[in-house]
Amino acid sequence: MYFTSFTEAWHMAGHGPYVWVSYAATLLVIVALVWWPLQKRRQLIEQQRRIQRINSASQNSSPSSDRED
Amino acid sequence: MWAFFHKLGSPKWFYDISGKILLWLVPVASILLIVGSVWGLFYAPPDFKQGNSYRIIYIHVPVAVLSLSGYYIMAIAGAIHLIWRMKLADVAMRCAARLGAGLTFLALFTGAVWGKPTWGTYWVWDARITSELVLLFLYMGIIALYEAYDNKVAASRACAVLALVGTVNIPIIYKSVDWWYSLHQPATIKLTQKSTIDPSMFYPLLIMIVGFYCFYAVTLMLHMRTEVLSSERKTRWVQDIIEKGV
Repeated sequence: MYFTSFTEAWHMAGHGPYVWVSYAATLLVIVALVWWPLQKRRQLIEQQRRIQRINSASQNSSPSSDRED
Repeated sequence: MWAFFHKLGSPKWFYDISGKILLWLVPVASILLIVGSVWGLFYAPPDFKQGNSYRIIYIHVPVAVLSLSGYYIMAIAGAIHLIWRMKLADVAMRCAARLGAGLTFLALFTGAVWGKPTWGTYWVWDARITSELVLLFLYMGIIALYEAYDNKVAASRACAVLALVGTVNIPIIYKSVDWWYSLHQPATIKLTQKSTIDPSMFYPLLIMIVGFYCFYAVTLMLHMRTEVLSSERKTRWVQDIIEKGV
């Protein structure tokens, strides 16, 4: 370990803000690039599940049950 | 050879194989990035001229390197799509454009933040930085161009052509620090000569570069898998995946 204390590592002799802003921005971009496709994938699967449910429901219901009244 | 090429273009084959690769590539990328960051931030010695601000190098250099090589990946995928009409190459090109835009933005952002304590300014219109900004516009242009077309077949072709034309910018960025008098420092790591960086600083940098390449492969596959699922959603194998809920 180069630094002797946590506060020293945080301040980095005055360069702390620059270094930490860079690393925070990197973390943000990494999280966004990973989160985006996973989110879109979840939406797609939910949407396709709904379509599957609608399709199977319309196949199961017999024509006679449609004429109730 | 051609059988392999056709297999490579099959969305289902890609989906299966990328799922297997991700299983071990995700932990490898995570470990490399964490080890490299902790080493670079806390264990590497400070630079004798720049002090601690140089620690930004551990992300600035890897993302800048990837913003360039990612462009080649995108342009080659675009060329493959143009020549052989391979659908998967088109997907790769569009996903690489998104990743490239993110990484180029990061390279510019970390460079600007690093510039303040080192050069006394966030921004200068020097050759390296300006050409990197052009790269960001190229990536964003490809994303915007694809969205602008209603006919997606034509959109993909137009994007591939733009990607190929834009390749001319890559050697300009790479060589800009040697060709023009620039505020940006010349390359630190050289393949043919001895690097001008001490091993104690170089090892974490090497880990970060390899880690970011793994991260790039992981995210490219994640984006491509989602695109493949979406475009193949009518097929039997995708419907099976959705039913199983993997």
